[in-house]
Amino acid sequence: MAKQDKKREKKKDVDKKDEAAGANPEVVEKGKKLKEDLDTLMDEIDDVLEENAEEFVKNYVQKGGE
Amino acid sequence: MMKRILGTETEFGIGAKNSESVDPVSSSILLINSYPFLPSSSALWDYENENPLLDARGFEADGERERPGPEYNRLLNKLLPNGGRLYVDGAHPEYSTPECSNARDLVAYEKVGERIMETCLEMASRLKRGEDRFSIYKNNTDGKGNSYGYHENYLVARDLPFDKIVAQMIPFFVTRQIFAGAGKVGSENKTDFAHYQISQRADFFEVLVDLNTMVKRPIMNTRDEPHADPARYRRLHVIVGDANMSEYTTYLKVGATALILAMIEEGREVAGVDIENPIGGIKEVSRDLTLKKKIKLSRGAEWTAVEIQRTYLEQAETHYARSSDPVTQDILKQWRDVLDKLEKDPMQLSRKVDWIIKKQLIESYMERKKCDWKDPRVSMMDLQYHDVRQDKGLYYALERGNFVDKLTTPEILADAQENPPKDTRAYFRGTCLKKFPKEVYAASWSSILFDVGNTTIKKVPLLDPLKGSQALVGPLLKGARTVEELLATIAT
Repeated sequence: MAKQDKKREKKKDVDKKDEAAGANPEVVEKGKKLKEDLDTLMDEIDDVLEENAEEFVKNYVQKGGE
Repeated sequence: MMKRILGTETEFGIGAKNSESVDPVSSSILLINSYPFLPSSSALWDYENENPLLDARGFEADGERERPGPEYNRLLNKLLPNGGRLYVDGAHPEYSTPECSNARDLVAYEKVGERIMETCLEMASRLKRGEDRFSIYKNNTDGKGNSYGYHENYLVARDLPFDKIVAQMIPFFVTRQIFAGAGKVGSENKTDFAHYQISQRADFFEVLVDLNTMVKRPIMNTRDEPHADPARYRRLHVIVGDANMSEYTTYLKVGATALILAMIEEGREVAGVDIENPIGGIKEVSRDLTLKKKIKLSRGAEWTAVEIQRTYLEQAETHYARSSDPVTQDILKQWRDVLDKLEKDPMQLSRKVDWIIKKQLIESYMERKKCDWKDPRVSMMDLQYHDVRQDKGLYYALERGNFVDKLTTPEILADAQENPPKDTRAYFRGTCLKKFPKEVYAASWSSILFDVGNTTIKKVPLLDPLKGSQALVGPLLKGARTVEELLATIAT
């Protein structure tokens, strides 16, 4: 549940950012925007990345292809 | 330029938190049987015309041909309304696009395969709990020496000798990865160390030319199964490529390949680019992220991969100088642009080319998190870039954030999921399945079998992939109220 709420909050932040950019695109400096977007993306990656990455990657074994 | 039939096959990897719950064969069967949008629940795959053991070098290999009984056949094969096929191949779920006439259509039909697999996953997940839930990846390796394929198919004229295709295409395929690679963290299959490399598949190629696809993989596969009139056509079965997430990468990969094959078929040759050691070369190219390293050619000179690709491009530009086909001209323009940027600064392609998109993503992450290539989160990102779930896949996160260039729209993809291409025989297959779902007894790439009652099956051969298009059979299909009427019209 806590994780869900956190996600929802984050989504709201993203929406707000989008609105701000949409309302006043010319004011937003390109470089600053890109950095913000990247920061958002990196947070998103931490949110969606499988937990226990080490275990998950270790167990991902595919045999019998093609 | 004549229409160039092409299509791709994608095998997907299956993972789960509790990996012991994933039996690959039964999981693949569960997944494809969870797909709800099928026109016919009874149609079989017709194996009659299939023989993957025929070798283009002129012999037939030993082995068992696949002929499952009807019930198992239905479990393993799903005929899609878009004319494509969803099936189980060995231990993986696999999606084949319908036959397309150009690279732009192919991108949409291949991309929609990710949506189809995502739907399979959603439906199948209802039967699974917590850590047993699957995830599905459109990539080509588990990172532990096991690879699964992404195969491209190009229709070429039978009278183009196979030896000539081999000689002309090997330098192209060794170097094509510089704009077609999907990127990979690490190395495998007893090859040289790499933190990151351009291609998922390069580590797995061990021989130059052979029929195998699963062991001792060849750069040029000799399977001679045209799925068309064998007197007129070959199907070049290309197993050397990576499955791509970037639409742009898929577009340029199949587009440039189709142009080069057509050009060779029409008699133009590319000379002076033979690589001395293609098997070593493909792995060297994959490891050179600067694109500056030179490869030794048979004639003694040393060239970069970009220079080799440029030779192909320049021949193609001359050959197609007078072509008015918009896709041909666009492919040539994009190809030149990509090679120029690869030469100057590859990172300029961080919206377009998969291996560069992935590299930039991982490097940005490593910089912020102060971690390195050995961090398990980095390997997880490498895998999850290819996750077909739109809320989990990192490629899709980039798409949402407008970090990558797209060629399709939701409307184009919805159309490609429901409807076949209009200008190939896939139109006839897909339309028949939708219009006569009960009467289509079976279908394959080159046939449709209708059950006309009284235990009679009538077969309509589809030996020319360019026929069966809307222009040729549209009115006839529209006018036929029953299969009997359709068959009567075809017979006259």
